[in-house]
Amino acid sequence: MPGATEIGLMVLACGLATYLWRGLGVLLSGRLNPQSAMFEWVSCVAYALVAGLIARIIVAPSGLLAQTALMDRLLACAVAFIAYRLARRNMFVGLVCGVAFFMVAGYVRSAIV
Amino acid sequence: MIPQHRRAFATGAREALGVPAAVLGAGFLGYGSLAADAGYPVWLTLAATVAIWALPGQLVLMEMQAGGAAAVATVLAVSLSAARFFPMTLTLMPLMRDGSSPRRLWQFLLAAQLVSMTTWAVAMRRFNEPDLKDLESRWHYFLGFSAVCIGSAALFAVIGQLLLGALPPLARFGLALLTPLYFFVTLVGEAQSRASITALVCGAAVALLLHAVAPGWSLLGAGFIGGTAAFMLQRVHARRH
Repeated sequence: MPGATEIGLMVLACGLATYLWRGLGVLLSGRLNPQSAMFEWVSCVAYALVAGLIARIIVAPSGLLAQTALMDRLLACAVAFIAYRLARRNMFVGLVCGVAFFMVAGYVRSAIV
Repeated sequence: MIPQHRRAFATGAREALGVPAAVLGAGFLGYGSLAADAGYPVWLTLAATVAIWALPGQLVLMEMQAGGAAAVATVLAVSLSAARFFPMTLTLMPLMRDGSSPRRLWQFLLAAQLVSMTTWAVAMRRFNEPDLKDLESRWHYFLGFSAVCIGSAALFAVIGQLLLGALPPLARFGLALLTPLYFFVTLVGEAQSRASITALVCGAAVALLLHAVAPGWSLLGAGFIGGTAAFMLQRVHARRH
């Protein structure tokens, strides 16, 4: 973990780098077509990046989650998604089922070993 | 504030106080717990939430710092993860601002910081409804709605951060999985178009492949390579049909 000042500066830099898009949107609104190919590409890049982030956290996590089983994490995702769909796209039902499954699976695993 | 505007602000705040604040709260509860696990002090969690105000970007920052990635790569990846704010702000701002608006540019530039997936989606839908026809009502509604969203996010992030240490190990794992699950369900649940499904699959595949070789660059690679591949596949497909 780097020093607090360094991390604080990184947070600030990341805040500005995020704000850039919001600010540009204000300055150029009415002058650019949001349906253009450039925005389609930008949206694909952002989407793929976030998908990559979640894939990485679930498959190869750091910290606490690294102590849990890959199979449990994958199954918890499947359980959460199925519950979400069954409950007519209710995010809470999905999250509660996914987390509950994950904890039960972890408990069973530790009880067996 | 004249009464009509105060009412619009209160309406925005009240409407945020249900499902939007609770869903955001769940995401940020998990974020707080991950922040505690990563060794963040509380002030840093709050600073990241207010300064970045985009959960994917905040997670990218945390992940890449934990992995010891280069600062330039980290800032670039955080920025790219938020690139969708550009078309979002572009479409939202004209609904609150035209030639007749009494507000100045700097006020809109400040309000742009409040734009997030949740606030944008709700504003775009609500601004079509009859009670929010005039620009000033929309402006106040947006401020009220956003204030509650940020407040809820900050509150739940702190709760998640403090809760992590107090929980037994099993519950701690559950809390740490909350935000990844939240994004998994959101991403897979919302991927409707062929382009977004392709982007999801390509991004995940590239990130995992690159993670083995160059972990510090895997997220940028996932974005650029996976995103561009998805974009081109979509173009080819569109031309053929």
